Amino acid sequence: MLKKSLHKRANQLSQSKKQLEILSNGIFANGELPTFKDKIAETNQFPLRPNKTEILQINVGYMCNQVCSHCHVDAGPDRKEIMTKETMQQCLDIIKNTGAHTLDLTGGAPEMNPNFRWFVEEASKIGVEDFIVRSNLTIIEANKKYNDLPDFFKKHNIHVISSMPHWTKEKTDKQRGQGVFNKSIEALKKLNAVGYGMPNSNLKLDLVYNPAGAFLPTNQASMEKDFKKALIDDFGIQFHNLFAITNLPISRFLEYLIASENYEDYMYSLVEAFNPSAVKNVMCTNTISISWDGWLYDCDFNQMLDLKVDSKVKHVSEYNEDILNNRDIIISQHCYGCTAGAGSSCQGTVV
Amino acid sequence: MEKTYYDPADLKKFPKITEWSEELGEKFFDYYGKVFEEGALTAREKSLIALAVSHVVKCPYCIDAYTKDGLQRGITKEEMMEAVHAGAAIESGATLVHGVQMMKKYDKLSM
Ligand code: SF4
Ligand code: SF4
Repeated sequence: MLKKSLHKRANQLSQSKKQLEILSNGIFANGELPTFKDKIAETNQFPLRPNKTEILQINVGYMCNQVCSHCHVDAGPDRKEIMTKETMQQCLDIIKNTGAHTLDLTGGAPEMNPNFRWFVEEASKIGVEDFIVRSNLTIIEANKKYNDLPDFFKKHNIHVISSMPHWTKEKTDKQRGQGVFNKSIEALKKLNAVGYGMPNSNLKLDLVYNPAGAFLPTNQASMEKDFKKALIDDFGIQFHNLFAITNLPISRFLEYLIASENYEDYMYSLVEAFNPSAVKNVMCTNTISISWDGWLYDCDFNQMLDLKVDSKVKHVSEYNEDILNNRDIIISQHCYGCTAGAGSSCQGTVV
Repeated sequence: MEKTYYDPADLKKFPKITEWSEELGEKFFDYYGKVFEEGALTAREKSLIALAVSHVVKCPYCIDAYTKDGLQRGITKEEMMEAVHAGAAIESGATLVHGVQMMKKYDKLSM
């Protein structure tokens, strides 16, 4: 079980340059597999361009109470990158003027940012149509000071999206750490108790499923059926939607793929499952991702690869949606993770 | 590389069989795809049947493919192992039921 981030271990994969190198070498350099650029060019979809910005995804810091083995953020208790109140203020100014209808807070564990509650209160005063917090569930159980999060979320009508890799303890704990399953179940019960995830409730509770291993997720609807049945039968837990998300070959998941000698096969599976009709709906076409230090990215994955937007405007301090929307999206082979099968985004499948 | 009869990389080349007989290859893959679609049986049930049969016919390619397919479908390892046992039970039963033939022949030949 992982205890430390790649950064803390000074692993070479903590450098985004190293990751990008791996993603461009080997099977992609020798022509065994086509690059993502060549692949989308086949259907005239290169360069990839954004449409209207609908979602602002703000990463308020890489600190997390967990050290999941598949984490694309390389998050953990040892990460100290935390968004300051000043940067949050700059984000609030954007939220006031954006055309986006969804605000999506992520991390790490966003709740661990000391100004998290202040930020949520201020942002919800502005009035966001869909205000998402990506909560890892265990944070609610991690410390007394977080126990009241379900009520806090309810008070601000937060849309809670949480990770749950499987409905069995074994698979969940393998991916996310010892004891994570039981704590997640307790947290879900508490969310249910205040109304989250109940049928017809406005308090939205969605779960994210990502495979615990070197394989792709299958049919989202049938997974949702299995999850719902298992969680209600075994624990009496309810939720709204299940989003099936493909693990992208970056950061700690890339580390795992390489260490388990699954990297090449996994890339083959992604390329084989390439679906040209998923390309037009990939997340970066309607999302702007903002990092803890205010830089702008096409998506959370590009953020972790340190690929800032290819635009004159690169930072929240100079944010301008019109200028930003007139950019080419930066791509590499990790993008195959977004276009496999029914596609994959932070809101699940895209086709 | 060591010389072996089975190479895991060959599984990816499976579609190539069509190159030497287009009509039959295509007919086979069409049929194959159709068989595993959701029908009176769910795709999940069919995946478990395929896994059991893969073991009975002892095809390493099929075992790799349907273990992965099962994982993708969220099939648990307990379910997978039970499927393998179902296949193994039929296979050993098929061996053992021939014991009746042996018994009959034995009796016939014996005074
Ligand atoms: S996957 Fe989520 S919960 Fe797990 S370490 Fe990463 S940020 Fe934390
Ligand atoms: S990884 Fe990011 S840039 Fe690449 S397709 Fe997915 S959302 Fe777009």
